[in-house]
Amino acid sequence: MTLNKVSIGQTVTVKKLSGQGATKRRIMDMGITKGVSVTVQKVAPLGDPIELTVRGYQLSIRKADAEMVEVE
Amino acid sequence: MSIQVALAGNPNCGKTTLFNGLTGATQYVGNWPGVTVEKKEGKYKEDKDIKITDLPGIYSLSPYTLEEVVSREFLLNGNVDVILNIIDGSNLERNLFLTTQLLELGIPTVVAINMLDVIEKRKDTIDYKKLSKELECPVLLISALKNTGIKELMVAVKKAANTQCKPKNIYAGKVLNALNTIETSLPTSIDTNRRFFYAVKLFERDDKIEAAIKTSADASVIEACEKSMDDDSESIITDARYTYITNVIKDCYKKGSKEVLTTSDKIDRIVTNRILALPIFALVMWFVYYISVTTVGTIVTDWTNDVLFGEIIPPAVDSFLTSIQCADWLHGLIVDGIIGGVGAVLGFVPQMLVLFFFLAILEDCGYMARVAFIMDRIFRKFGLSGKSFIPMLIGTGCGVPAVMASRTIESDRDRKMTIMTTTFIPCGAKMPIIGLIAGAIFHGASWVAPSAYFVGMAAVIVSGIMLKKTKLFAGDPAPFVMEMPAYHMPRAVNVLRSMWERGSSFIKKAGTIILLSTIVLWFLQGFGWEKGAFGMVDDIDHSILSSIGQTFAWIFSPLGWGDWKAAVASVTGLIAKENVVATFGQLYGFAEVAEEGNEFWGQLSASFTPLAAYSFMVFNLLCAPCFAAMGAIKREMNNTKWFWIAIGYQCGFAYVCSLIVYQLGSLFNGGSFGFGTIVGFILLIGLIYLLVRPSKESDTAEVEFAVK
Repeated sequence: MTLNKVSIGQTVTVKKLSGQGATKRRIMDMGITKGVSVTVQKVAPLGDPIELTVRGYQLSIRKADAEMVEVE
Repeated sequence: MSIQVALAGNPNCGKTTLFNGLTGATQYVGNWPGVTVEKKEGKYKEDKDIKITDLPGIYSLSPYTLEEVVSREFLLNGNVDVILNIIDGSNLERNLFLTTQLLELGIPTVVAINMLDVIEKRKDTIDYKKLSKELECPVLLISALKNTGIKELMVAVKKAANTQCKPKNIYAGKVLNALNTIETSLPTSIDTNRRFFYAVKLFERDDKIEAAIKTSADASVIEACEKSMDDDSESIITDARYTYITNVIKDCYKKGSKEVLTTSDKIDRIVTNRILALPIFALVMWFVYYISVTTVGTIVTDWTNDVLFGEIIPPAVDSFLTSIQCADWLHGLIVDGIIGGVGAVLGFVPQMLVLFFFLAILEDCGYMARVAFIMDRIFRKFGLSGKSFIPMLIGTGCGVPAVMASRTIESDRDRKMTIMTTTFIPCGAKMPIIGLIAGAIFHGASWVAPSAYFVGMAAVIVSGIMLKKTKLFAGDPAPFVMEMPAYHMPRAVNVLRSMWERGSSFIKKAGTIILLSTIVLWFLQGFGWEKGAFGMVDDIDHSILSSIGQTFAWIFSPLGWGDWKAAVASVTGLIAKENVVATFGQLYGFAEVAEEGNEFWGQLSASFTPLAAYSFMVFNLLCAPCFAAMGAIKREMNNTKWFWIAIGYQCGFAYVCSLIVYQLGSLFNGGSFGFGTIVGFILLIGLIYLLVRPSKESDTAEVEFAVK
C-alpha cells in the first residue's frame, strides 16, 4: 500500500521510498524514512494535500508525492 | 579579534526571535548576492566583536533548494568561526537532522535547545549534558522568548571560537568504509577538516560539490555500497542520520505526558476542518482585505495622496519657491515632477504598512502555512503556490503591496511566477480606465467591469500554465512538503520589525529608481517646441512625449488604436494608471476631467470603435504596471534579468491578447479577412499550443548562486 491510500486516523510504518531526486530527498529530510511510523491526520478541504504526524510534528504533503512512500 | 557566528536552524524554531534578541538594533537586512533569499546580519549587542549572520531557515544542507545552497556556501566559504545551531526542543528529532549535517563541517558548533518554556510545560525532560557528550559539542538550554540562558550561550560561543573541531562521524559499517575510501582519494589540497564533509557529499553524488572541488568519487565504491544496501546513496546517508538520532534521543529525551491534545492541535481541528476551513479562511482573508485595502488602508492612502501630498506639501513648497523667485522650470520639476511623482508612490506606504502588519501576524502565528494547505489544490494547477492567493487578493486593491506580499512564498519559482502574474489582476487605479471605456463606448454596460476581472484572472491562469512549461520555470522542481508549525501568539517585536523591514525597503526604492523614472517622464510630458522655441509647454500636444508618441503610435495599429493620443495615454499610465484618463482629457483639450473622464466621452466614442476600445482596455490592464509596482517587482526579483523578463513578458502578453481580441473580433463583426486576421489566428494557435503542450519538468534544480 502507498501512503496516499491510507485512511484518516490510521497509523502506518514506512517500508520503502520509491522515486528519486529532489522530492524524494525532501520527503526523507523531513523525517519520512524506512521504519518510521506515520499517522494520517486529515485531508485538506479540497481533497489534497494531506496532513501527517511524523516524528512528533505535523507535516503536509501532496497525495502525488505520498504515492512514493510505501507503507504497511 | 572579531568572531563570525553563523546562526543556523530549522524554520519556526525561534531563530528570528533569538537573532533579534542578540543583535537588538544593529541589524542589517539585505539579500544574499544574486538571489532573492533574505540575508540578515548584526552584531551581538553586549560584545560588538561578535558578528552574527542569520542563515535562512532550513531543514537540511541538500543541494535542492536555494536557501540550502546559499547556507551551505556561506558555511563553507564565509570564514565562519562558530556555528550557533538553534533547535526547537519541542521537536528534537527532526531538528537534530540538520545538526548532524552541521557537525560534519569541521567548524566549532554550539547547540542551543530553544523553547525551554514549552518543554517544561509539557513536562518533557531533556538530558542536555548527555546530549552534549553524544554530539561532542556544547549543548545549552535557552528560551529565546523569555530571554533566559542567552548570556551563558554567548559565553559558550566565544569559548568555542578558539577551539579546533573535528568533523563528527555518525556512520558505521559499509557506509563508513566507503566514506573512508572516498576521503583518502580526495586531492591533498583540500583542508583536513573539510575532507570528511566532502567525502559524504561525493558519496551522495552532490553535483554542486563535485563542480566546486572538481572531483567526483569512484563510482564503483558508491555502487557497491548501494547494491549491498538496496537503496540509493542519498537515501542511505539520510537513513543513517535518522537512525543515529533515534538512538541518541532514546537516552536523552523523555516525553512527559503521553499523547495529549495540545492547544495548537485543538485550534487546528477547527481551522483546517474539512467543512469549516474554507469559511474561516474566507473570513480571515475578508478581514485582512477589508482593513488594509478598503477601510484603514484607503483612508490613510487617500490622506497621504490628497492631503499630505495634495494640500499640505505642494502649496507650502509652492509658496516657498515663489518667495525665493525660483526659475519656472525648476519650480515645475520640484512640485509637479518630484513631489507629484514620488508622492504618488509614497502614498501607498501607509497602506502597505497596514497590510504588512497583518501578513506578519498571519505568518508569525502559523496560519500562513494553513493558507497554503487549504489553497494548494487550486493554485498548483497553474504553477502557483497556495500562498499566491494572498498577493492576488491584495492585487485587486494595489499591485505594489501585492508584489511585496509574495515574500511569504518560500519556493523561489512560485514566488517569481506570482510576482510576474499578480499585477494582471485589475487594481484600484485601473478602475477609472475601465469606467472610461464602459461609459464612453459601451454606454455604461454592466458587463464591462466584470469582464475586466475575468480577463485579469484568465491572464493569471493562462500565464501560469504557459510559464510553468517553459525552460525558465521547468528547471526547478517544487515539492510541496511543508511543516505545519504549532500555533502561537504572535510577538509584537517580530511583527513590527517585519512590517518595518518590508516597508522601508520599498521607501528606499521610491527614492531612487521610481524618482528617476517619474522625473524623466515629467520632463518628456512638460517640455517641447511651442511657438518655435523649446521650453515648457502649456499644451501636452506640443510636448516631446507627444512627438515620441506619434512616432511609435503605429505599433498599436494592429491592436485597433494606432491613434497617437491613445499611445501617449498608455505611456503616462506608467506613472500611475489613473493618469491614462487624465492624459486623454488633456489631449482632448480639457484641463480638468472627472475621474472617469465624462467630459470627453463623446469625442472618445467618435474616434474608437467598440472593439478597439476593448482592445485598448485589455492592453492597459495587462501591460507593465505603474512605476511603483515595477519598483516593487525589481525589489522582489532582486535580479535585473528577471525584472526585465517580468516586464517584457507582461507587455508582450498584453500586446498579443489585445491583438487577438481586435483582429479576430473584427472578423466576427463582419470585417474582412486580411493579414492582421492571419496574424491573430497564428498567435491564438501559438497560445493554445503553449497551453496544452506537454511539460518536461526535470528533476535537477538550476539553483544559481553567486557567493564567493
